Amino acid sequence: MALIVAIATQGIQMMLVLALAPLLTGFVRKVKARLLMRQGPPLLQPYRDLLRLVRKEVVLADNSSWLFRTAPYLIFAATWVAASLVPTFATGLMFSWSADLIAITALLGSARFFLALAGMDIGTSFGGIGSSREATFATLAEPAMMMMVFSVALIAGSTQLSTFSSFMVSPDVGLRVSLALALVALIIVAIAENARIPVDNPATHLELTMVHEAMVLEYSGRHLAVIELAAHLKLLLYASLIACLFIPWGLAKPGATAGDLAIGGATYFSKLAALGLLLGIFETAIAKMRVFRVAEFLGIALMLGLLATLLLFVSRSL
Amino acid sequence: MDQRLIFDVAHFLAGGLVLISFLLLYQDRMFGLLNMFALHAFVLSLSVSWQAFVQNAPHLYITAAIALVLKAIIIPILLRRVVIRLDIHREIEAVGGIGLTMLFGIGLVALSMVVMLHVTVGADRLAREDLALALSVVLLGFLMMVTRRNAVSQVIGFMSLENGLILAAAGAKGMPLVVEMSVAFSVLVAFLVIGIFLFRIRERFDTVDMHALDRFRGEHL
Repeated sequence: MALIVAIATQGIQMMLVLALAPLLTGFVRKVKARLLMRQGPPLLQPYRDLLRLVRKEVVLADNSSWLFRTAPYLIFAATWVAASLVPTFATGLMFSWSADLIAITALLGSARFFLALAGMDIGTSFGGIGSSREATFATLAEPAMMMMVFSVALIAGSTQLSTFSSFMVSPDVGLRVSLALALVALIIVAIAENARIPVDNPATHLELTMVHEAMVLEYSGRHLAVIELAAHLKLLLYASLIACLFIPWGLAKPGATAGDLAIGGATYFSKLAALGLLLGIFETAIAKMRVFRVAEFLGIALMLGLLATLLLFVSRSL
Repeated sequence: MDQRLIFDVAHFLAGGLVLISFLLLYQDRMFGLLNMFALHAFVLSLSVSWQAFVQNAPHLYITAAIALVLKAIIIPILLRRVVIRLDIHREIEAVGGIGLTMLFGIGLVALSMVVMLHVTVGADRLAREDLALALSVVLLGFLMMVTRRNAVSQVIGFMSLENGLILAAAGAKGMPLVVEMSVAFSVLVAFLVIGIFLFRIRERFDTVDMHALDRFRGEHL
């Protein structure tokens, strides 16, 4: 019986992230539109877009290979697994032993690898430029992410998310400058990875600046729907990662009752709403930066991650 | 008072000082640099007053007050006026690669941790942590003086270096007030001397870029 409940909770977690991901994107779009004194598309618009794309015919280029057709599913699978490993409403779920920050980073890295390959597969110049830019940014974003992971892991003594979030609510945490630095580094990496505004603007087709959009320009129909869904999932993943690492209050403990789970779900919703609101405000307040400055922007994240790890060596725990 | 909270707050403030040193290295505009420097001095005065509170040493409050009034308010205002009079406030400095400088800075912080944690094995934990971070602030100040060509930002590098010295002095227990007072006033004198020099350099070369001095000595023709 306990096993069935555990499997069911894990299943709910997986379905929850899948169902919520387009809603979060829609919410951020709505916030941005309202801040510009516009009505904005309805909250459910991303779901409708996905449905419409699924119904449409797939148009493939003559010289596309099998890679081009399989890549969307691989990207989606890796991102979905990564997103469902992050504790959203409860810690200590069935798969939480594998909810390791390094594993999640690796899953996202392989998704990025396939996306860049697919961008180059057709052989158009846009795909190539997008892949090249993505790879350039990745060389800075991934080390920054890893340094963030290391400093967080050194603090909690584990790279497992469940362990870390239960450590964060215990009184052992105290006031640490390393955690603040790691949070800022994670936010910068999240903004860059999700192609949000100062780095990339997926809403435009401007060849001078686009990164993510350039890689998926040749996709259509259900392939595009799957890739879009993976992008929504990635935004949700980073939002829940920030929520789980740095605002873990309200998460249900292992072996929690249904009431605790409900509280966990409600706090998760409010955390996502708060983060989405902040993202929308941030994006309307800031201007898009030049592509060549992105390396500097990500360099700050790397620097903060390194500094967070270094400062740990003079902190109380070590 | 909880021992852990004392340590955490001290670590947070000193770590923040190191971070602001990095922000100083990162700035490429004059007024941004001055504002950052004021923030640096402000965090320093917070850190010193926390040490005064923790060590129960009221004379450190005077050090904190000197840091606050002199370095967070008066010197930035004076420097701002110098910058406006020299008309270099729009000048975006040519720093040889911010990324490289940042990496050097990280290396220096790592170096100071390694050195200080080995040297001060037996010491009090709070003093150890403060000394390691103070040495990094000093080294970052040096780095700023080395990598900047503009004389005004070299002055700021010097001042931030001196902030690191005050942090170290506040962390060490039993530092007499006379020493701190004389350090603070020598910095003020140094500031005045450097200010006069700035105007002299400017009069002579029509610029405050240090490369002009090299050319004058015949090093880079």
